[in-house]
Amino acid sequence: MGRYILDRIIWMILILIATAFVVFTLMYLVPGDPAKGLLGPDASYQVLEIKRHELGIDRPYIVQLGDFLYKTFIRLDLGISWKFGTPIAEDMAERLPRTLIIGVSSLVLSAFLGTVLGIYAATHKGKWQDSATMVLAMVLISVPDFWVALMFILLFSARLGWLPAYGIGSFDHYVLPIICSSLFGVAINARQGRSAMLETIRAEFVVTARAKGQRENVIVRKHMLPNALMPIITGVAGGLTMVVAGSPIMETVFSIPGIGQYMLVGINGLDAPIVRACVMFFALFTSVVILTMDLCYAFLDPRIKARFSHRKR
Amino acid sequence: MPILEPEDQPNSSFFGDFLGRLGRTAAAKIGVVLLVFIVLACFVGPLLSPYEKNGIDLTNMYAKPSADHLFGCDAMGRDILTRLLYGGQYSLTLGLTTAAVSSLISVLIGCIAGYFGGVTETLIMRFMDVWSALPGMLLAIMISAVLGAGFFATVIALTIGAIAGGVRMTRGQVLAERTKEYIEAAESINCSKLSIMFKHLLPNVVQPMIIIATMYIGATIMMAAGLSYIGLGIQPPTPEWGAMLADGRAYIRLYPHMILFPGIAIALAVLAVNLIGDGLRDTLDPKLRD
Repeated sequence: MGRYILDRIIWMILILIATAFVVFTLMYLVPGDPAKGLLGPDASYQVLEIKRHELGIDRPYIVQLGDFLYKTFIRLDLGISWKFGTPIAEDMAERLPRTLIIGVSSLVLSAFLGTVLGIYAATHKGKWQDSATMVLAMVLISVPDFWVALMFILLFSARLGWLPAYGIGSFDHYVLPIICSSLFGVAINARQGRSAMLETIRAEFVVTARAKGQRENVIVRKHMLPNALMPIITGVAGGLTMVVAGSPIMETVFSIPGIGQYMLVGINGLDAPIVRACVMFFALFTSVVILTMDLCYAFLDPRIKARFSHRKR
Repeated sequence: MPILEPEDQPNSSFFGDFLGRLGRTAAAKIGVVLLVFIVLACFVGPLLSPYEKNGIDLTNMYAKPSADHLFGCDAMGRDILTRLLYGGQYSLTLGLTTAAVSSLISVLIGCIAGYFGGVTETLIMRFMDVWSALPGMLLAIMISAVLGAGFFATVIALTIGAIAGGVRMTRGQVLAERTKEYIEAAESINCSKLSIMFKHLLPNVVQPMIIIATMYIGATIMMAAGLSYIGLGIQPPTPEWGAMLADGRAYIRLYPHMILFPGIAIALAVLAVNLIGDGLRDTLDPKLRD
């Protein structure tokens, strides 16, 4: 088992290095001269040259790439923003909690609500409750979440005045972003949960449990749910990466200064170090979530466990 | 796949089950009707509209919905309905192109990886691991930044973001198919590898891809709108749905009609495609049926 975890972590680091290479190259190819962007169109050639030297973008591609990889992976230094001159790591540390609060809370909300809805639909399969839940899920999947967010702002902030429309500060500011970020996940998890539960309805152990006269809600809780958990975990983990990857849009809608919005600041300001740092963070985050999910499988699923002990021998 | 007997679904009454099945097929039908309606409206509607897509009319700034302007006007007095219909042309074309191109590429790569196996497969799949370490939306945002604004840049950005997932799925399908008898038969009569891949393997792995591609049309329409909303992708004054939402954002309190209708347009288009996708899945692929 230890060997497996080690293998996976090494592979994850390799992927991250490859991703860093891709990210660096993409940002290197972005058209436009950052020095000109910073100093304005009237800056003289000499001043621009000095600025370019200062930013380090007068060096050849391969040198810049090596420098970036060395700083990011060996010295864990994210660099300094070209535009603001502030250390990016500090800026990100300040913004990270906001993105994580929204990401994790909406994950918990969508996992819980989605699974409950999925179980509810599955146990009422074929009845109107099932159809109603699935229609709801279909609508939630099809409606763009940032538009729902705008509509919620209209209803709850502009009309009813219950919650603040944008910005950060109190807990109230996070209510709408969390709800809006979780809607898509609720729908996905409900569909996933329903089909995973229905898989187990046909299983023999459920028939046995029913034959021995077990109560229906115990069958659902003790026999069906644990066996339906794997696909549900997959859906939940996928949902978390979706929420975090969608954060640039959601944070724009609610004007929340989080990592996603920081990335857009970098993109719009031709501030490559910011974009690289944010994307590397997202990549690291995604990789860690996937790794955790795989390890969960390995621990939970006896079949996968058996495969390792087999391989070891 | 044996037909499920009623006792397999202990909780369903006969009538409820029947309604459920009817609902399923009806859902797909609704999807088709809705999509045909949207396509007709977007490609024929603008011809009938008395307004230009960028026809500025300062007397009608922020006009609320009325008989003249069914969905009202935006900050420059442009008719929102007309702009929505034009925007639909972009969104639908973009969704279809992206889904078609990305699934074509990913089926090809996936087939090669799955059928040839060995070093080829390892290399391709490792490459895909890196590719999918970044969620599609982020990749699309960065590629949009590199390629700049515009229709084709957005198509390329969203296509690239979609390929890795499709390759994984196709490869899985190919792995399941390649041990079957008909491939063995084809190999034993000395079919060339290419002919086995294209003539025998491809038709059998392409069905799930069609389902995924249909679903992806909807996802693309939504992502394209998201990109435009944050100022990447297709830019104003092109009447793109997401860009229209971004335009109306500032007037949300006073003139909510400016953001109400573009959102409904996106939702209807995505809903139509998703309903069809669900219906296709239920009819084409009994294995995926719940």
